[in-house]
Amino acid sequence: MTFEYAPAPESRAIVSIASSYGLFINGEFVDPTGGTAFKTVNPATEEVLAEISEANQSDVNAAVNSARRAYDRVWSVMSGRDRAKYLFRIARLLQERSREFAVLETLDNGKPIRESRDIDVPLAAAHFFYHAGWADKLDYAGLGPNPRSLGVAGQIIPWNFPLLMLAWKIAPALACGNTVVLKPAETTSLTALLFAEVCQQAELPPGVVNIITGAGDTGRMIVEHKGIDKIAFTGSTEVGKSIARALAGTRRKLTLELGGKAANIVFDDAPIDQAVEGIVDGIFFNQGHVCCAGSRLLLQESIAEETIDALKRRLQTLRLGDPLDKNTDIGAVNSREQLNKITELIKSGDDEGAQRWTAPCDIPDKGWWCAPTIFTNVTQAHRIAREEIFGPVLSVLTFRTPDEAVEKANNTPFGLSAGIWTEKGSRILWLAGQLRAGVIWANTFNRFDPASPFGGFKESGFGREGGIQGLTAYLRSATDGDDQAKGMS
Amino acid sequence: MSDRVEVRKTYKLFIGGAFPRSESGRTYEVHDTDDKFLANAAKGSRKDARDAVLAARKGFDAWSTATAYNRGQVLYRVAEVMEGRREQFIADVQAAEGLGDKKSARVIDTAIDRLVWYAGWSDKYAQVLGNTNPVAGPYFNFSIPEPTGVVAAVAPQDSSLLGLVSVLAPIVVTGNAIIVIASTTRPIPAITLTEVLATSDVPPGVINVLTGDPGEIAPWLASHGDVNAIDLTGVTSTELAKKLEIEAAGTIKRVRRPAQPNWLATPDLSRLGAFVETKTVWHPLGA
Repeated sequence: MTFEYAPAPESRAIVSIASSYGLFINGEFVDPTGGTAFKTVNPATEEVLAEISEANQSDVNAAVNSARRAYDRVWSVMSGRDRAKYLFRIARLLQERSREFAVLETLDNGKPIRESRDIDVPLAAAHFFYHAGWADKLDYAGLGPNPRSLGVAGQIIPWNFPLLMLAWKIAPALACGNTVVLKPAETTSLTALLFAEVCQQAELPPGVVNIITGAGDTGRMIVEHKGIDKIAFTGSTEVGKSIARALAGTRRKLTLELGGKAANIVFDDAPIDQAVEGIVDGIFFNQGHVCCAGSRLLLQESIAEETIDALKRRLQTLRLGDPLDKNTDIGAVNSREQLNKITELIKSGDDEGAQRWTAPCDIPDKGWWCAPTIFTNVTQAHRIAREEIFGPVLSVLTFRTPDEAVEKANNTPFGLSAGIWTEKGSRILWLAGQLRAGVIWANTFNRFDPASPFGGFKESGFGREGGIQGLTAYLRSATDGDDQAKGMS
Repeated sequence: MSDRVEVRKTYKLFIGGAFPRSESGRTYEVHDTDDKFLANAAKGSRKDARDAVLAARKGFDAWSTATAYNRGQVLYRVAEVMEGRREQFIADVQAAEGLGDKKSARVIDTAIDRLVWYAGWSDKYAQVLGNTNPVAGPYFNFSIPEPTGVVAAVAPQDSSLLGLVSVLAPIVVTGNAIIVIASTTRPIPAITLTEVLATSDVPPGVINVLTGDPGEIAPWLASHGDVNAIDLTGVTSTELAKKLEIEAAGTIKRVRRPAQPNWLATPDLSRLGAFVETKTVWHPLGA
């Protein structure tokens, strides 16, 4: 007897998307002065969802001025206790409207509703709740008594976790007494604009949060704006470098959360079934559009074959398709541009002699999709072992000894995260010490929490988001002058 | 005054625990504050800087895995040996900075005490800067500070010994290896310090001292792929700072450009926390 697959689609009736959106400046939606706009598209259907305004220099100026006014007159002089209350309100509003945010995120980003509903949105709310509690306790943040806010923060976030990255940026900035000008990624602006509505419902003082939309040019205007005291950027290492160059000599503070090429290391004593789940979670979560994804699988040689077979069996049960279907595991790739980049790197894997296996799944006619892909016989010199693919593509390498695993894991300019799978406690703690990465997941992978600092070593960036360490990105000590250290976590 | 003709010293670089001359063969004249000739110091070059990075990377591997207790003892040992050479340091600093007897003694005593202060931090800073994190789930989660790696520093130009020690000690006690460019016009106290370092159980390569022109040497360090961070405390020119920061961006180096504080005052923890990386480890809980 066979069963027909029965989809379980989440209704999109809960969201109402306007045909066009303005910029959120000084507590109001305003038309862009330049009048230019671009379209945001559902990557699963290529349906145009809305027109998004493109902010130009005068819009950026208006947003920065609004943030500066709100900083000087309201937010920097408000008690921490009261700032906290606004953040608690925002956390509650996000919880109340969580389904709406989840559906909208899935429509605009292409990620499975299961993930936006269970991970992105609840974690975003948790971030506001966590940081709300800090707002009146900053004397205990580790910078000595009476730490000071920095001023206006310019924040630029990527498209892979649009609302969650917004929360990672805005919650600590506001808790520490800064005001913000935030730019979402051009392909995923909708949840940031819905968040602007939440700010209105929370009656957050106008200008404390400004959200301006646009592409790279708008981002550059934020980075180069002299009225901004701090830049926080999450995105590619390449853009991170150009931002660091642009800020050279200015004494403006900077934190960067950039790319990664994490090793997920499996030893022969690991529980293979659990490890396989962790490998899948590590690289196929969010279609692999995760900077800390476990994109290099390091298998101990004696269990390599067995693990790869188990992994292939598991991948055949993953369901790729309609992101709004509650059963979907693999959603759409966010943009054609990203799909092209992934495809190009997959081709390089073929060309350079690695062996490809692609999970058998039906690719929908419309939209941008990439089936889960595994490369074996990968060497450290291959591009797919060195470059961040940012897609559902896993490169498998092998090792014999723990020392070899360490050497291969650390053989990358990145250092964001790493995974360890073994039953041996001493090995976990030893390896955790050896790996040059900011987040180490042992017998788990891709876990996030507002209380847990996140951020990289080496070219994966500097500064931390979350935890007590994350507050340092938005504060300076009472004794520090304007020439505060840059980029310190 | 004795009739004896004194034996003068050749002032050299300190790289990988050895005292090489500059590979470039160049020297420059060092004078005291009355413009009297003191010595010819080595004028460090690009090659010297690159040699120092190689040495520092080797030093880092040993130093970063040493126990905190051991690192503390080594730094304390540096203070002990400095104390034994107190009179020489006072004379050096007097010549270099033109200070009176009382002031120069105070500067040296503060420098020695600062080393002792930082030595004591070696097995404590992780307790202050690290923590466990109460995550919402069945996981044990902790964060610890780990050394950033190889740090290049430009030492203060004015405070030739106390400023140097105050920049160097926190970088080293947290497990980093350092390449420091001494004060250009006042390098002699730094060179005397290298003789202390060489006899204080500091592993080769952990501390490397170059003399010469930061404007010439520092850009090579700022752009070097195996340097993880730069400390621009001694850079007073905005133009040079900008240039170094642009070079540093190429490999996402950590950049610190703090103000010159009153070096005699007790420092806060900002320098201890400047060149550490927070590492967070998760593990599931379960019976």
